[in-house]
Amino acid sequence: ISTLVLAEHEGGAIKPQSVSAVKAAKSLSNDNPISLLLAGSGSALHEAAANAASCDLSVSEVLVADSDEFSHPLAEPWAKLIHLVQQKGGYSHVITASGSFGKNILPRAAALLDVSPITDVIEISDPHLFVRPIYAGNALCTVRYTGAGPCLLTVRSTSFPVSSILADSKSNDAPITQVDLSTFGEDSVGKSRYVKHTSQDTERPDLGNARVVVTGGRALKSAENFKMIEKLAEKLGAAVGATRAAVDAGYVPNELQVGQTGKIVAPELYMAFGVSGAIQHLAGMRDSKVIVAVNKDAEAPIFQVADYGLVGDIFEVIPELLEKIPEKK
Amino acid sequence: MKIMVAIKRVVDYAVKIRVKSDKSGVETQNVKMSMNPFCEIALEEALRIKEAGMASEVVAVTMGLKQCVDTLRTGLAMGADRGIHVETSGPLYPLSVAKLLRALVEVEKPGLLILGKQAIDDDCNQTGQMVAGLLNWPQGTFASKVVLDKEKQVVTVDREVDGGLETLCLDMPAVITTDLRLNQPRYATLPNIMKAKSKAIKKFTPEDLNVEIKSDIEEVQVTEPPKRKAGVILSSVDELIDKLKNEAHVI
Repeated sequence: ISTLVLAEHEGGAIKPQSVSAVKAAKSLSNDNPISLLLAGSGSALHEAAANAASCDLSVSEVLVADSDEFSHPLAEPWAKLIHLVQQKGGYSHVITASGSFGKNILPRAAALLDVSPITDVIEISDPHLFVRPIYAGNALCTVRYTGAGPCLLTVRSTSFPVSSILADSKSNDAPITQVDLSTFGEDSVGKSRYVKHTSQDTERPDLGNARVVVTGGRALKSAENFKMIEKLAEKLGAAVGATRAAVDAGYVPNELQVGQTGKIVAPELYMAFGVSGAIQHLAGMRDSKVIVAVNKDAEAPIFQVADYGLVGDIFEVIPELLEKIPEKK
Repeated sequence: MKIMVAIKRVVDYAVKIRVKSDKSGVETQNVKMSMNPFCEIALEEALRIKEAGMASEVVAVTMGLKQCVDTLRTGLAMGADRGIHVETSGPLYPLSVAKLLRALVEVEKPGLLILGKQAIDDDCNQTGQMVAGLLNWPQGTFASKVVLDKEKQVVTVDREVDGGLETLCLDMPAVITTDLRLNQPRYATLPNIMKAKSKAIKKFTPEDLNVEIKSDIEEVQVTEPPKRKAGVILSSVDELIDKLKNEAHVI
């Protein structure tokens, strides 16, 4: 067994979800050399490589693909890169985190390798036995990989949590190797071009990794009212989430959607305000440690998964919370 | 230019699913089946492109059991011009679906292949990316906006990604997979449902298309997710803050 982990990086460091992917790789087997693959271009890539080399003691090698082709996460060159590196290294497993980056690229790479990928893995029972949610998490399916080729997985980072990056006191120093791209043909490249990326920059923690998430539903009634959710999140040092209905109504941008087709979160504390609890939403937050629900409808399904429920008007409860919750240290 | 749309028959999104007691899967007998919601969005987008005069024909394709024809008829009633059904029995995983789609693309030569980003039964989110890889076509997954430029033969796609929206420009032919906010699918009207009955559906078998259906994955069991233990209903904000502070220790 040997594993290639496709890592994402930003600002010269590897992303937390990629460290979770390393953790998943470690759980495959005790004897499992792990190679981290990073791609991109320029100095940020090499900073990230140095960071990756020391992120976890079990990383035995960092592979770096430096080319302008990889300056944006386009599926075509990246899938090809995985194919190339896998063919060279003969890894038994290829793992990446189940975010929009991995979901876009890994199945394409699997097709190039003529294997079935297994996406959204939440549990690794043995090197070829995996559990993944189906039907929006209303059932769990255990899947065995029986193929002769490499086993390609995307893993949910919430199921393989890492307490903090660089938790190892001894600093690891895995060797960093450049990927030889001389055989990287041009044929699949250039048919797609990156145009732009738009996002709302905020000071708040990232939704996928936040310790506390405060979510608002359609009951907030307007983008203006939704600011109460943001205020409360600020006070708690929390990330802001939203239901599909709230996003569709235009109160907040799509990147805040929690659910089957949005983000999957599992924070220590999840607070849902005016959220009814559609199964598609529950799919995205049911693994949270403590769930609080506030809704004026006592029959709302959200109360079935909440540890603490409060039946009441969010327009009264939220201001009261804002007033009474202690300032975060 | 032709547009090909892949559609899948799944348990209706509003059905509360039941895991079979022998753990062999999810009950699909006597359960309402419908077109996967993401596939409806894919078909709607194709129809809008055609109605804008940018495409000549919309071909809806599906794979699976005999009953999938019903879903295909729904697609024809929404407005697809004709249908293709590749009849298979037994489990069909995304790699096989992608190979069947590639074979159909080689027959039909569409300029765009549009699929839903995932099916709400297996939640795989794989097929579009895989067929794009097999065809060596560019892909625009999780699309929330699609703008076609017929003259330049390119399509600009806004993608819903973790950190916001990403815009890509793809040379055609290309594969697009649809996210929820791309459009609101139309309902089939009664006259169109009647009309759909006479639209052509072509049948293929995997053998006709030279695709061998084999699988490298095996479903071992399907189980219920662990239930959360019942919580408590509190009476006031003060009580809630107290519980969070002194019982759950999270604030």
